[in-house]
Amino acid sequence: MSALIEASDLRKQFGDIVAVNGISLNVERGEVLGFLGPNGAGKSTTMKMLTGFLEPDAGSARIAGIDVLENPKMARAKLGYLPEGAPCYGDMTARAFLTFIAEIRGFDRAEGGKRVAAAVDKTELHSVLEQRIDTLSKGFKRRVAIAQAILHDPQVLIMDEPTDGLDPNQKHQVRKLIAGMAKDKAIIVSTHILEEVEAVCSRAIIINRGRIVADGTAEDLMRRLPYHNTIALKVATARAEAIAKALGDFSAISKVERVGVANGRVQLRAVPSVGAPIPAELASMIRTRLIEAEEVQVERGNLDDVFRQITTSDTGAGHA
Amino acid sequence: MHELVRNTWIIAKREFIAYFSTPLATVFLIIFIALTGAFAFYVGGFFERGQADLAPFFQYHPWLYLLLVPAVAMRLWAEERKSGTIELLMTLPISPWEAILGKFLAAWAFIGVALVLTMPMWITVNILGNPDNGVILAGYIGSFLMAGAFLAIGSCISALTRNQVIAFIVASTICFLLVMSGLELVLNVLRAWTPGFVVSAVSSMSFLSHFDRITKGFLSLSGVIFYLSLIAFALFTNKILVDLKKAD
Repeated sequence: MSALIEASDLRKQFGDIVAVNGISLNVERGEVLGFLGPNGAGKSTTMKMLTGFLEPDAGSARIAGIDVLENPKMARAKLGYLPEGAPCYGDMTARAFLTFIAEIRGFDRAEGGKRVAAAVDKTELHSVLEQRIDTLSKGFKRRVAIAQAILHDPQVLIMDEPTDGLDPNQKHQVRKLIAGMAKDKAIIVSTHILEEVEAVCSRAIIINRGRIVADGTAEDLMRRLPYHNTIALKVATARAEAIAKALGDFSAISKVERVGVANGRVQLRAVPSVGAPIPAELASMIRTRLIEAEEVQVERGNLDDVFRQITTSDTGAGHA
Repeated sequence: MHELVRNTWIIAKREFIAYFSTPLATVFLIIFIALTGAFAFYVGGFFERGQADLAPFFQYHPWLYLLLVPAVAMRLWAEERKSGTIELLMTLPISPWEAILGKFLAAWAFIGVALVLTMPMWITVNILGNPDNGVILAGYIGSFLMAGAFLAIGSCISALTRNQVIAFIVASTICFLLVMSGLELVLNVLRAWTPGFVVSAVSSMSFLSHFDRITKGFLSLSGVIFYLSLIAFALFTNKILVDLKKAD
């Protein structure tokens, strides 16, 4: 079976500004794809084209095999979408709003009621159901918008910054919700919070200036870091030379750097050859104190670094 | 077809309820009834004329609508664009036509409620004398159609901007021009320097002359067609504008 979300060579220009410059991607059932990129990179524009809200200048998008421009109604029936900023009709109560969505999604009264109840359960909206959406806190508003998107249990879910503006508990809850739905859906989540990618996404794409500049699992992306898997050690000044030499003897370690001296201890950094795991022997030497380190840390690097590295190095001339 | 009706109905229902979820509905209805009454009694000389008809009541409808109908129409699309809900609405499994028709019909029904609430006037005139109820019915139909045309124009303008105040002012101005185009004052100015067909074209676009004829009891097909085609044209433009401007 083909992928549930397919985009081929999407392009969009606003005046002189090229917002999206040839984005192609596939998302299969069971995948959660993270959309990363600085503000203005073209994430939202890409999502708007995937949902058919915005007509691309060139290229095409398909939801569950249905072209979003040729057959918009059918494509949208298979799609749940959380637009940027989670807009809802503020003059309605949460219940009235969700009931409206259920109706327009074609459910009869009984089935619609069940769907609303299920979506309310998943997003834990019980306490605010009868309140006007205008009067709700940001977290609840967002959850109402998420409930709207998942109400019809769509095969494809596209969410533009689902956790933006939520407190840590709410973020955790939304991530749990997304992870729980991932099995039988294709999901795209845009974010600029990188921990989110590590928490819920099976794959991530980094978009910068309208192009995909990186595509892979969170692990893949981190492997591109210069200091990925680097071992940082704090050792006594007197022993520093000897330890540095011992570390350098491992073939898996490409170089040993002396980062600095603080409080009478030297900070060393052993950089492994690209992609190589930490040698077991080295680990056991540290453990048995043959290498006398006061503090040992394996730096995984983090996605923030990848993100900064990729999005700044790719910035060409003329970028404001 | 069935789907079109169903979806349009769901959208219309939501929009109609939305009017009543804010004080707008109450304020509008009270002012509408107060003004139509005030104009009929004080300016139109409802009692002094000594005639059992509602001519002084209908006479001022075009002028009232200039202010009041754009106020009903201004939020239709401008608010959707401002709050971003247009993105939600237009990614639901509905067609743009269903959204446009649904919104328009809801607003039109709301004006219809306002008109129905003026019916005590009709009852009063029947108690006081023996009016020609056919003419009065024609007047109500004409007034409702005219309101529809104002509304469709207002809805169309509302799609152009995310600012409701701008939508209101522009729609009012356009409706003002359409009303004025039937006045001798305007036509005389035109007669001085344009060929005859321009003058008749302008005057035939006038809300006033069509409405006058209807309120005098001539509910002619051409009058009905005039308003309905104007509504159709404005809503068609509305669709184009929504498509063009939705993502701005």
